[in-house]
Amino acid sequence: MADRGGMVQSRGLGIWLTHLGLIVGILFIFFPIWLAFVASTVSQQDIVRPPMPLLPGDKLVENYGRALSAGINAPVARMLFNSAVMAVGIAVGKIAISIISAFAIVYFRFPGRQIFFWLIFLTLMLPVEVRIVPTYEVAASFGMLNSYSGLIFPLIASATATFLFRQFFMTVPDELAEAARVDGARPMRFFFDILLPMSRTNIAALFVILFIYGWNQYLWPLLITTDPSMNTIVMGIKQMFPSGDDTADWPVIMATSILAMLPPVAVVVGMQTFFIRGLVDSEK
Amino acid sequence: MEKRVTFKGLWLPILLVLPQIVITAVFFFYPAGKAVWQSLFIPDPFGLSMQYVGLGNFEFLLSDPYYRASFVTTAVFSTLVTAVSMGVALYLAVLADRLIKGSGTYRTLLIWPYAVAPAVAGVLWLFMFNTRVGVVTWYLGQLGYDWNHVLNPREAMGLVVVASAWGRISYNFLFFLAGLQAIPRSVIEAAAIDGARFWTRFRTIVFPLLSPTTFFLLVVNIVYAFFETFGVIHTITSGGPQQATTILVYKVYSDGFIGQDLGSSAAQSVILLVLVSILTVIQFRYLERRVHY
Repeated sequence: MADRGGMVQSRGLGIWLTHLGLIVGILFIFFPIWLAFVASTVSQQDIVRPPMPLLPGDKLVENYGRALSAGINAPVARMLFNSAVMAVGIAVGKIAISIISAFAIVYFRFPGRQIFFWLIFLTLMLPVEVRIVPTYEVAASFGMLNSYSGLIFPLIASATATFLFRQFFMTVPDELAEAARVDGARPMRFFFDILLPMSRTNIAALFVILFIYGWNQYLWPLLITTDPSMNTIVMGIKQMFPSGDDTADWPVIMATSILAMLPPVAVVVGMQTFFIRGLVDSEK
Repeated sequence: MEKRVTFKGLWLPILLVLPQIVITAVFFFYPAGKAVWQSLFIPDPFGLSMQYVGLGNFEFLLSDPYYRASFVTTAVFSTLVTAVSMGVALYLAVLADRLIKGSGTYRTLLIWPYAVAPAVAGVLWLFMFNTRVGVVTWYLGQLGYDWNHVLNPREAMGLVVVASAWGRISYNFLFFLAGLQAIPRSVIEAAAIDGARFWTRFRTIVFPLLSPTTFFLLVVNIVYAFFETFGVIHTITSGGPQQATTILVYKVYSDGFIGQDLGSSAAQSVILLVLVSILTVIQFRYLERRVHY
């Protein structure tokens, strides 16, 4: 954006006010996270006698160690693992079933193709929250409670990804398929040798979005994982609060909150370009 | 749109769409259909049989003061969440857009809260405003204000709104900034030459040209406030006090899983299904039509 003229940009004093405004906004956004981080590095005593300190203490290793190895209901390391399986399972599963069905819809003519297309279109934007009770019953009847398949499969039943791959395949030049056909390549050969490599960027962008979606699920894991050792980290935090009048173990809870944020934040920051692209694509 | 070049085959394409068909049928269409079906029945007190009541569940819901109250709560909640998160995001995006250098740095700093789960956001805000140990509560106490969202419905609503809006600012900021940067500089510079001050330019040129983005975000944020804020509500207030923060999605959950009232919960699901379909249709229709023309 270096070539944008100076006339409508701020200069002089204005530029400092602009920076100041942005910094205030960023501080407001960062403050809750900073506070959680500080709380995860001090002792319970520092917290239960308010006001708590606003600068980190020296209990970081102890608190995180205690959270990861013991936790409260289940070791947080275990919950992190469950979340990772769920998030990666959802991202990979959804991309895999979507890309092959988009391939079929775009590159083949078969009976029922149009009906199929409309069926998947219907699933766009209907979140699992809307049909929780019956979906829970289905999962329960398959014995999927407290299992990874129960955490993953019901959440890949939507067609957003199919839709995106279809849009992308429509922009792939016909000549490529033509050439493949003339060469006598079988459809799956074309898919693996040409289409799949061309879709790399789209797959990466979608992976980022779906990973975060899966990692951050709350209601569904809350319903179907009653066994603490199957809890995901995002839903497990709330379970760490005592039910009665006891004081919560804040340092461990806050350490867990920070751990719950790290993987999706790392994915967003590390894959920023894919993330923005995926976000914009998936909302088109 | 159709591809000109296609492959031949019947079983291969069917095999390729099969996994998605099966999963969608089992976990999407069957449950959605069952929700519609269940909404027409009430179970007997012992849960042994179901009695057909037609639209009885819906009639009961619409005359139920708690359900109506939940509608109002949802409307207030989603309006506030949308207004707060979009307002702050637009403000930050306008500032970042004024910078020639550095807007990329601010973007990097501002986008990552997007990755924080609503439920985690709820825990963070609960910690700050906790009635016993919360830092903000303590400082408010020093100022003579007695914060207690556990007892005060308005404070509870305020807290879940801020916690929900907070996590959404990044997303809105990204789209607003992209929308602002897509506005041709020449248009704004022409107005500047004509002597229009910043605020006039914003009101008469920038904001109208930004309207497709604004409208899109409006719909997306309402959908977010309706469905994805469940984690915030569940972690902070569990719908209380006195159901002051029981939004529709929370009520489906609490009536269905805690109250075990399957017929009513299913009828509520159907109503939500209709609401979200309407929002989707509005989004698709108006996005095609470009709001500012």
